[in-house]
This record gives sequence, C-alpha cells and structure tokens, in this order.
Amino acid sequence: MKQKTETGMKEFLIREVLLHASDTLPVDTEKRLSEIRRDKPSVPVIYVASGSAAIIAGSTAAAAAAKLYVEEMGIRGEVVLTGCHGPAAFEPVMCVHLPGKNKLVFRNITEDKVESLLNGVFHNDMPEEDLVGQSGNLGFEAWHDIPFIDDIPFFRLQKRVVLGNCGCYDPESIEEYIARGGYRVFLKTIRNYTHEEVCDIVERSGLRGRSGGGFNTGLKWKYALNSASDNRYLICNAKESDPGSYADRSVLEGDPHRLIEGICIAAYAIGASSAIIYLKAGSPHPLARLRKALAAAAEYGITGHNILSSGFNLEIVIREEAGAFVCGEETALIASLEGKRGMPELKPPYPTSSGLYGKPTVINNVETLMNVPLIMSHGPEWFRAMGTEGSKGTKLFFLGGRGRLTGLIEVEMGTTFRTITEGIADGIKDGKAFKTLQIGGPSGTFITEKNLDLPVDYDLLSENGIAMGSGGLIIIDETTCLVDFVRYYMAFIHRESCGKCIPCREGTGRMLEILENIVRKPLSEDSNATLERFKGVMQLETIAAVMKDTSLCGLGQTAPNPFISALANYREEFEEHIFDRRCRANVCRGLRTFSIDVEKCTGCTVCASKCPVNAIYGTRLQPFFIVEDKCIGCGICYDVCKFSAVTVK
Amino acid sequence: MSKIEEILSRYREGSHENLIPILQDVQEFEGYLSENAIVSIGRFLHMSTTKIYGLATFYDRFRFIPEGRIHLRICNGTTCFINGSGGVAAAVKEVLGIEPGQTTRDGRFSYELTACMGGCNEGPVIYVNGKYSTHIRPDDIPEMIAKLKALPDLK
Repeated sequence: MKQKTETGMKEFLIREVLLHASDTLPVDTEKRLSEIRRDKPSVPVIYVASGSAAIIAGSTAAAAAAKLYVEEMGIRGEVVLTGCHGPAAFEPVMCVHLPGKNKLVFRNITEDKVESLLNGVFHNDMPEEDLVGQSGNLGFEAWHDIPFIDDIPFFRLQKRVVLGNCGCYDPESIEEYIARGGYRVFLKTIRNYTHEEVCDIVERSGLRGRSGGGFNTGLKWKYALNSASDNRYLICNAKESDPGSYADRSVLEGDPHRLIEGICIAAYAIGASSAIIYLKAGSPHPLARLRKALAAAAEYGITGHNILSSGFNLEIVIREEAGAFVCGEETALIASLEGKRGMPELKPPYPTSSGLYGKPTVINNVETLMNVPLIMSHGPEWFRAMGTEGSKGTKLFFLGGRGRLTGLIEVEMGTTFRTITEGIADGIKDGKAFKTLQIGGPSGTFITEKNLDLPVDYDLLSENGIAMGSGGLIIIDETTCLVDFVRYYMAFIHRESCGKCIPCREGTGRMLEILENIVRKPLSEDSNATLERFKGVMQLETIAAVMKDTSLCGLGQTAPNPFISALANYREEFEEHIFDRRCRANVCRGLRTFSIDVEKCTGCTVCASKCPVNAIYGTRLQPFFIVEDKCIGCGICYDVCKFSAVTVK
Repeated sequence: MSKIEEILSRYREGSHENLIPILQDVQEFEGYLSENAIVSIGRFLHMSTTKIYGLATFYDRFRFIPEGRIHLRICNGTTCFINGSGGVAAAVKEVLGIEPGQTTRDGRFSYELTACMGGCNEGPVIYVNGKYSTHIRPDDIPEMIAKLKALPDLK
C-alpha cells in the first residue's frame, strides 16, 4: 500500500509539477504541494536538526527520544529530521510546530531533556530556559511574550539566501525539495535557454567563484563552452581543504538537492554530460546524504539519460578524495581524479581549455553552485541588488574559534567584519578580550582590531592585503598564542606540501623548525642553541619572501601568509617569545612554568597523582611543590587543582 | 572469487584513472592496504607495485598496517586546536605510546588526527566506537582509555 502511494507521489510530482508547462501551478496542485511542505500542519510537527554539528552534540538520540515520546503518548504527530540552522552553540536544535501556532525553536535539547520539553510544550508550561524564540510566519497565531528569532542578532544580521532551505525541511526527501520549487528551475532552463544564454545570465549576475579566487563564474563557463571539444566536464569541488572549516559540507548536508540542481544547470551551461562531486575524505554524514540525494534524483529522472525527455544527458558521480590538502588546487585535483599523485601543474593551459583527460573542465565550489539555481530562478538583477559594487550576493562563513555563537553563517557582501564578530558571534566566550580574526585558513591572514570595519568584499579586502579565502573565519581571543597558532598552520602545510617544488617543500620545513625552536623549552640559555634560534628568526622573513615569490602553486605561495601577517601586526608577541622566553597567553608548553602556592595548597595529592611525569612531590596534607626540571608544562595540575593553588607564568 | 577480485571486477582492466577508487574500496574492506592486495591491483591495472605505493603513500588516507580494533579520531581542526586539542593528542600519545597512524602492538588501539568534524562548539572532539565525546581535557584521557581497555576485546 505504502509503495503505491509513493509511486503515485512520484508520478504526480513529475507530471503535474516538474513537467508543468507554465510558471504558475493550478490551485489543486499548489494545495497538495503545500501539504508536502507542511505549510499548515494539522498535527504537531517536531523538527530535529541532524547535521554533523547536531549529531556530535547528540541529536540522533534526541530524535529517537522524540519519536518514542510521540508514540508512547499516542500523539498524532510527526518527527522530521532537518539540516542545521547554523548556530553550533544551540545544537541539538529542536523546533516544535503546533497546528495554527508559530513554530517554536529550542536549543541544546539532548536526549534527557526531550521528555520534559515536549511535556511542557503540549501542556502549556513553556520551558523558558531552553527556548530560543518563535519563528514568525503570517497566518499563524503568535505566542505571547516569546521573542521572534529574527530579532536575535545572530539571525537578524544575516541574510540567509543560500541557507534559505537549511533547517526547514528534510534534506533526504526529494519530494519536499520539489514541493519547495526545486528542480523546476533546472527544467525551465534546459527548455527555454541555450547554453550561451545561461552563461550570459550568470555572467550578468556578477557571481564570483566562492573558493577564494573570485573569478566571474559565468565568464569561466563561457571559456569552457567556447573551447572546441567533443566532451566537457564539470567538477564540484567539495574538498574544503581548510582544516578549520565545515561550511561546504554543512550546507551540502542541509540542502543536498539544491547543490545537485546547481550542478545540473552548470553542466548544461557548459555542455557537459558528466559531472563529478569531489568530496572531502572522512565526512561520513555528508557522503551518506549526498548518495541518497543522488539516488533519488536519478530515480526521478532528473539526472541520467535524456532527462525528462529533454534530450540532455547528465551523469553525476561522487569521488571521495584520498586526503591531500594540495588537491584543492585545480590542476592537482584533476591529476588526482586521473589516478595520479595530486601535484599541481603550471598554468596555462587552464582547465577550462584543457582539464580532466585533456577536455575542457570547469571546477566550481559548492557555495558557487548553490547560488546558481537562485540566480536562474529570480534573475540576475535580483542577485545584483545584493552586495557591493564589485562583489554581489552573499557569502557563507564557517565561524569558528572563541566567539560565543559560532557556526555556519551567511552575510550579505558589504557587511563589516565587526558586525560578524560583535553582532552575529555576540562577542567572546567567557568574557575574554578579542585579539584577532583569522580568515582563509592556513593560506589566510589576520584581520586586526582596526581592520574589523572592512566590509566583506573581494576587491576592498585584496587592496588591504587580505584574501577572502573559502569561508573559514576563526575568532581568536587573548587565550590563544599567535606564535603557536602560526606554528600549527605551518605544521599543517608542511605535512601537506606535495614536494614537487623546492621552495615549498623545504621552506615550510625550515619555517616550521624555526617556529618550533621559538616555542620550545630552552635547555640552557648559553649554548649554541640560543645563537641558532636567533639566527633562525632573522631568516624567517627571508624564507617567507622567497617562498612567496618562487613556489609553483597557490599552496606554496600563500603558505607563509599567516606568518607574514602575524609578524606584521603582532610583532611584540614574537619578540616576547624570542627575547623574554615568555608566552603571554600561557599556551606554549615549553615556555610556561608552574608553581604551587603554599598558602592555598591543602595537600590533597590530586595534582601529584595526575602528573604524567611525576614532577610533583610532597607529603599528604602538606603543601606540594613542582620540580621545574622535570615539568613538561602540560598544565594538567593547573586544570585539576580545585583550590586554584597552581599558578602559571 | 576472493573479495579483492570482486572489487576489481567492478572496474575496467588497465584503467589507471580508477586506481584511487580501487584503493579506497580495498581499504574499506580490509581496513588497510596489504601487500597481497597491492600486487593483485598491480596485475589488474598493469601497473608496477612501486607506482601504486608511490601514489598510495602520497595520500593521507591510505594505511599499510591494520587499524586498531579501537580507533580514535581526534579532531585537530583549527577551533579544536585553539581549544586545546594539541594537549589532548599529546595525552593520547603518552598513554598509548604510539604516534598518529600507528597501531599498538597488541593490535588494539590506533588513532589519527583529523580536520574539522563540524562540532566546533563542542571541541575538542574525539570520535571513538561510533560515539562522539565532547569537551575533552587532557586529564580525561587516561580514564577514557582505561574504560576502552576494560571493554571486551573483539579479536
């Protein structure tokens, strides 16, 4: 029986919705779609976020608990898994939509809280401490005394266009996506426009590649379309090399079908009949979502041979990368898809003229492709109306680090970074002081306090020597040591350097060595080691300049960026490490010394029993002391002491 | 037909471009890339095993020794790093006595450092036995590993 209704649904959606000739659908059809969308639910609907961030915070168990609750209480209701809403601090997010009322959004609903929360909601005893707000909608009754979530700065200051669907529907259901207008734009595009026209529209919209370079997407497509060839390829780069960013995978999890639609349109625009999604290795949840979504699209005939009798063929495959940072670079990515070591090649020829297997290839980032269906549906003028003179539309950022509210955000181009750090992120955790904002991951730079008023804009940022990068944004506060932070990035790049050209392979190694010397514990201050350390420091800047000038690919050229930018803006921190052998954030293990305050120590022995190197001595109920020579500076004693008797300097 | 042969039969003989997916499939099945598997892949693709090793060692994800029966994935994404994942990784190294990518002698434990897993507000995050542990501090590690050791060993 169930099978039958599902087939009925599929036929209905294909025949009455996707293949419907005019833009407006008949009233009956719209009514049925509205039911699929749950616009006006007749039974309570419980939405549980289930993106990676939510799963890590425990949403799987929470969803199971909600299902159990609905069954046990005999409530006629539905539990729906959705993508993530954005704020990682609120995960797992649970929304409850009672018939006729506004949707309520709750935060941090772990398994144990589900029952009391739902009891409260159903029996009109609102659990206020877990409540974020109500999501306003016309046609529903508003709750009294409950704030609207659009008034909360985290949401108010964003412009959620690409993220429009994330968190609102079940990303594993193609039916819901189609009911929300999905895939109709793609079919309209292949029916009404030629390849050139699609490229034109996207070019006119001013959409620029979101992976960092900022090249006009429509123009790039045109280059590929105009290269004579029997076959072309479209690659969706979901590699997301930045170790601190989860933006592409997050949005891919929350709305996989829009990405597929974007790929379909882009592939049509360049006349490609195969597309590859190059996904980062070790992302089990996004991979599973994407596989399901692709299978559903193929079943609906949206991909495959002769797509819904249009004569256009497209095959989309997922290729998981094998773990190499450098494969985010276009030519290295292509080499890796051809089954070779992912090493960059000299450009030109650009991939748009000779790419995968020597055929014209366009490589677009996830965020870029997510914008395409929106541009085709609302028109280029709609897109041009958002943003600044040179940068149109919105930009996704994966806000990480020490902000109070972090997660996936989307802002209109032209928004200042101060709005992001002070408004959206709502300041720093635990009342600490802001130090700097890091943009663009291991190839990126620092945005200092005085540069925070710069807007998100490709041209203005590059005038100030800042690269937009792909969307990693890390808020750094006073508890983070910048020397250590730069060393972390250098260690990452050094491990990931492909080894093809010497400046990058050797340069990153030497820079890492020197940086490690700076943060290492001095064995003795009078030996040759001290001289070597000073010598190394003098050379750091030279190495950085040589690497920037002579490396083959973007990875090597940008690898010294975090160091150069940190040294230019926070030179005093480096000098303190080198001359005073002191780390002001007390992070560098080698440079901090711990001691026990005899006044405060009660002799409870906890620190001595936890010390991994047995460097703490003493008699029970007498003050203990730390042997400095043995201490490795791990800080465990500092963390475990209940009486704040351990001090660090 | 062995499982390796079955995996190979999904691909076209001699198709060099399929080397990475084949290696990924084999590793998914075996847990690592054994010498035997690499020899069979070489025969099938008409490639020398040196070339295959050359490629496989280039990429991070391939391993040549079996993973431990308990495998820890420690997030070393940027946010987890500034929240102290470096200390957590050092504590794991201290307790297990192995480097990332290695396996303990009894074949029980191995661990790796990964890029961002997406749980930035919960960091540092460790993924083990299908469960995420969040807000880990270095001094939680000895206890955590002792608990894992106390579990029945699935040999």
